[in-house]
Amino acid sequence: MAEPMGFYTDTTVCIGCKACEVACKEWNQLPSTNGGVNTLSGDSYDNTRALDGIHWRHVKFIEQFTEDRKDGRWLLMSDVCKHCVNAPCLEVCPTGAIVRTEFDSVVIQSNACNGCRDCISACPFGVIDVNPASGTAQKCTLCYDRLQGGLEPACSKACPTQSIQFGTINELKGRAQKRVDQLQQMGEKRAYLYGADEKMLGGLNSFYLLVDKPEIYGLPPDPKMPTRNLKSGTWFSAFGAILVGLMGIINFRNRGARVNAREDQP
Amino acid sequence: MNQFPSSTFFSAPPDWGWYIVFYFFFGGLAGGSYFLAVLIDLFSRPEDRPLARLGYYISFPCIVISGLLLTLDLSRPERFWHMLIQSNTYQPIFKPWSPMSVGSWALTIFGIFSLLAFLSALAEDGHWQRPAARRLRPPGLLGSTVAVIGGLFGFYVAGYTGVLLAVTNRPIWSDTPLLGMLFVISAASISAASMILLAHKSGRTMPGVNALHRLDSWVVALELVVLIAVMISLGPVFRAWLNAWGLLLFFGVIVLGMLLPLALYWRRQWFGHLNVTAAAAAVLAGGFILRLVIVFSAQGV
Repeated sequence: MAEPMGFYTDTTVCIGCKACEVACKEWNQLPSTNGGVNTLSGDSYDNTRALDGIHWRHVKFIEQFTEDRKDGRWLLMSDVCKHCVNAPCLEVCPTGAIVRTEFDSVVIQSNACNGCRDCISACPFGVIDVNPASGTAQKCTLCYDRLQGGLEPACSKACPTQSIQFGTINELKGRAQKRVDQLQQMGEKRAYLYGADEKMLGGLNSFYLLVDKPEIYGLPPDPKMPTRNLKSGTWFSAFGAILVGLMGIINFRNRGARVNAREDQP
Repeated sequence: MNQFPSSTFFSAPPDWGWYIVFYFFFGGLAGGSYFLAVLIDLFSRPEDRPLARLGYYISFPCIVISGLLLTLDLSRPERFWHMLIQSNTYQPIFKPWSPMSVGSWALTIFGIFSLLAFLSALAEDGHWQRPAARRLRPPGLLGSTVAVIGGLFGFYVAGYTGVLLAVTNRPIWSDTPLLGMLFVISAASISAASMILLAHKSGRTMPGVNALHRLDSWVVALELVVLIAVMISLGPVFRAWLNAWGLLLFFGVIVLGMLLPLALYWRRQWFGHLNVTAAAAAVLAGGFILRLVIVFSAQGV
């Protein structure tokens, strides 16, 4: 296996140009929304709205302004699949369509997926959706085809401010920590890394430098594996079946006893 | 975190809709009816065999409908077999930690047992002239084996759907480990209700129906307790039900599907001889609404 690869996204230098979205769409030949007829969301400059089957990159625009709009800031973040080390989607996929590649990325094989959509509900980040063109669940592949050809992913290649950086996870972590230290020294005490350590789903191979709480960016503060409920759910279900079974036995036997008692009467 | 009571609120809905609601209902009926029929076959008196047959008559068609509904729900229905066989290697695929993977196998295997019991019931009723098929039901070693193994798979089919919902990251579904238990118990209540209705419709006197009616009242009472436990276990996520779905849950499931049947059981003079069928119909309606609320409410969050 090659060394684990991924993205480090420094949200503080994102300018919201959406070059990443365009590059992703072009390289992966993703269809346009609504047949190319433009509709505005009314939500800042965000007309992409969400990650889905035909948007594998999504630049979020978060406006933090005072009531009188005299003071405020923009938070900009290019969202993408996190390529989790412990990937919830891969865990639940019943067909084996979702695989881990030699780059430690998580890829959905479109020819194997049957569109059951279990992975959509399993992803704590809301990354996956069905691409209507293929009828299968789709998301960022970390440009698996480009990586195999020795190229970097289209989005990071296109990013003009190096907000999206591609590389080996080890190297990216070092680079990101230096940037956090730099920002802290400059007085931006809110800077921290989201998903860089192993506590979050074993580590996110696409991690972020943020300057506000995760939920402000639409990221879960504490994402978990779906199988956390598997054992307890199974045991409770078995307990329920036992209770129903006992009730059944008591009632059907009891009925027999009553009939017997009646028959025994003179 | 006040706006988001749980980290599950950042996931996306899988768009499981009416096919899945109906599947949960028919799957519950398939597994539950078989489970109850086995209990009657193994523990009740011989004159209750016609009542058990009704359970097998319900189970098999329901499991066939379930398979069709699940296939239709796929975005690529022609690839339904990918659930069992890997499309690139043609090797079987089985992931014990994925409820959907285990459930696909359980449905397939249960379908076979359900068919065997169905054929046996047909033979016993004289609709199928194969006396040997009658050995596929208890008493007898072969029949008891079919009953017990099929019953276990029936229980799994009835309950795994709740566990499947829990093994996601959607609000409500994955915020409680009790949905599987609720679905198992609800499967028993709707199955008993449909067996009661069929028994009345058949016009034959079946002495076990009263026991089944009493069992249903016990199971519905248990279901009410578990539903309340589900609500408590949701903690702050319960807020997601403070809307129209919550109202439907209260009036459609708790009042119509639980309190009314219990009242009808304890106040038998209300509708006279119609009491039993009215209670059964209310339980069936409540069981359907329960699945509807659980499937849809978690996706509108």
